[in-house]
Amino acid sequence: MSTSLRNNGPALLSLTAAALLVAGLSLAIFWAPEDADQGISQKIFYVHVPVALTSYAAFFWAAWKALRLLWKGDERHDLESYTAVHMGVIFGVLTLVTGSIWAKVSWGQWWVWSERQLTLFLILFLFYSAYFMLRYSTDPGPRRSRTSAVYALFGVALIPVSFMAIRLAEGLIHPVVFKRDGPDMEGSMFLTFCVCLAAMLALAGALYLIELSGKRADASLRELRERLA
Amino acid sequence: MTGYLGDVAALARKDLLVELRTRDTVPAMLLFVVAALVVFHFALPAESSRLAASGMLWIALLFTALLALVRAFVGEREQGTLDGLILAPCDRSAIWLGKTLSVLAFLLFAEAVALPAFALFYENVTWELVAGVALANVGIAAVGTLLGAMAAAARARELLLPLLFLPVAIPLVVGGVGATVADDPGRYLAFLALYDLIFAILSWASFEYVVTE
Amino acid sequence: MSTGEKYLWAAYLVVFAAVLLYVVLITLKVGRLERELASLAELARDREARSG
Repeated sequence: MSTSLRNNGPALLSLTAAALLVAGLSLAIFWAPEDADQGISQKIFYVHVPVALTSYAAFFWAAWKALRLLWKGDERHDLESYTAVHMGVIFGVLTLVTGSIWAKVSWGQWWVWSERQLTLFLILFLFYSAYFMLRYSTDPGPRRSRTSAVYALFGVALIPVSFMAIRLAEGLIHPVVFKRDGPDMEGSMFLTFCVCLAAMLALAGALYLIELSGKRADASLRELRERLA
Repeated sequence: MTGYLGDVAALARKDLLVELRTRDTVPAMLLFVVAALVVFHFALPAESSRLAASGMLWIALLFTALLALVRAFVGEREQGTLDGLILAPCDRSAIWLGKTLSVLAFLLFAEAVALPAFALFYENVTWELVAGVALANVGIAAVGTLLGAMAAAARARELLLPLLFLPVAIPLVVGGVGATVADDPGRYLAFLALYDLIFAILSWASFEYVVTE
Repeated sequence: MSTGEKYLWAAYLVVFAAVLLYVVLITLKVGRLERELASLAELARDREARSG
């Protein structure tokens, strides 16, 4: 990456995210047709699902950086993996909140266990919150980097396994009563969804870069203080 | 037996010998699991189903396993023998396998008491339940040993391990309870086997990164 | 506004509020970094004055 792009990357990405967010939400509110069954509340879909997918993307990015750290032993990746988990948890909480609102408007309850994706996000939220506990209670150093990296890698193995477990448990604990519509979307709905997804990814990317530069500045300051002291 | 398997056997045997001498872990696990089963009798309302009792059994087993997992590395850490273990001239993953085997043995001891006690207090023990417990044991020991090694490096070890372990153990509970109460336990047993395979390979491969300084 | 619309706006606003909250947190962080940097600069100046 060239230096000017590295310096302006967060700004450019933020601008892109802002433009895409305005475009996506405008499309969602004014252009996309109302769902025949669920009415206007179906449009929560245009924030909820992109936010959820962005959260997955962040967790996978964290695992990718973790893998690079274990492979190459480059300490730089530790901070990147940590920041990606940070972003994933923020978007995961947003997924839980928007999903909860959707459950309330669709089914009259704030929490519905038969909603697989939401239950999965609850498990992931617990799992990645423990990641922060692990980091905060371990002394900084190469061992902490590697331990965190292994934990982040476990996360992406846990995602499909937990999803399977939730599907298995569904028939066991509750009969499946509620079903949300599958991907049989109209073209205009799908286009709106894609713009919203791109907007959320850009937003997460921008926040990731900003957070990363903040954390790097923090680390440099600490080093400087140690040298000057 | 020489080489890798010899190292593993020696390490597992060492843990069992230490336990035989100090009796730190297994008696505590036995008492805990029986006490938990008694507490559950009072926690379950009188008209609750036999299904609820099966769920409670799995919770009791999981928390009993946590006792063994906390002891597995915290004991080593307290006595300062962990560093010696890491420096020993053997493959690091052999340490993981040896620990996993010894934890597995402790779990089997605890379950040899827990399952008859469950049959006495609550319900008959079916072969599906035994198969489910056997498969879940492997997953608990494999993942728990790795997470225990992670937690051992942290400050609040005993506190941290349950936080790390419980979210990862949720699929095990689903598989175990499903194998116990569902009409088609085969699916759940297969799921438990799949879980064991995935997480055992992951833990085996990544243990070295977690323990080296 | 129908109930559905209210919940729709609530969901959109939650995301917006989260981004704003993030801006606040980053502002606080930048402020802290600024103060630390200033104190380090002071430290460096002191050291220069003493040695020079």
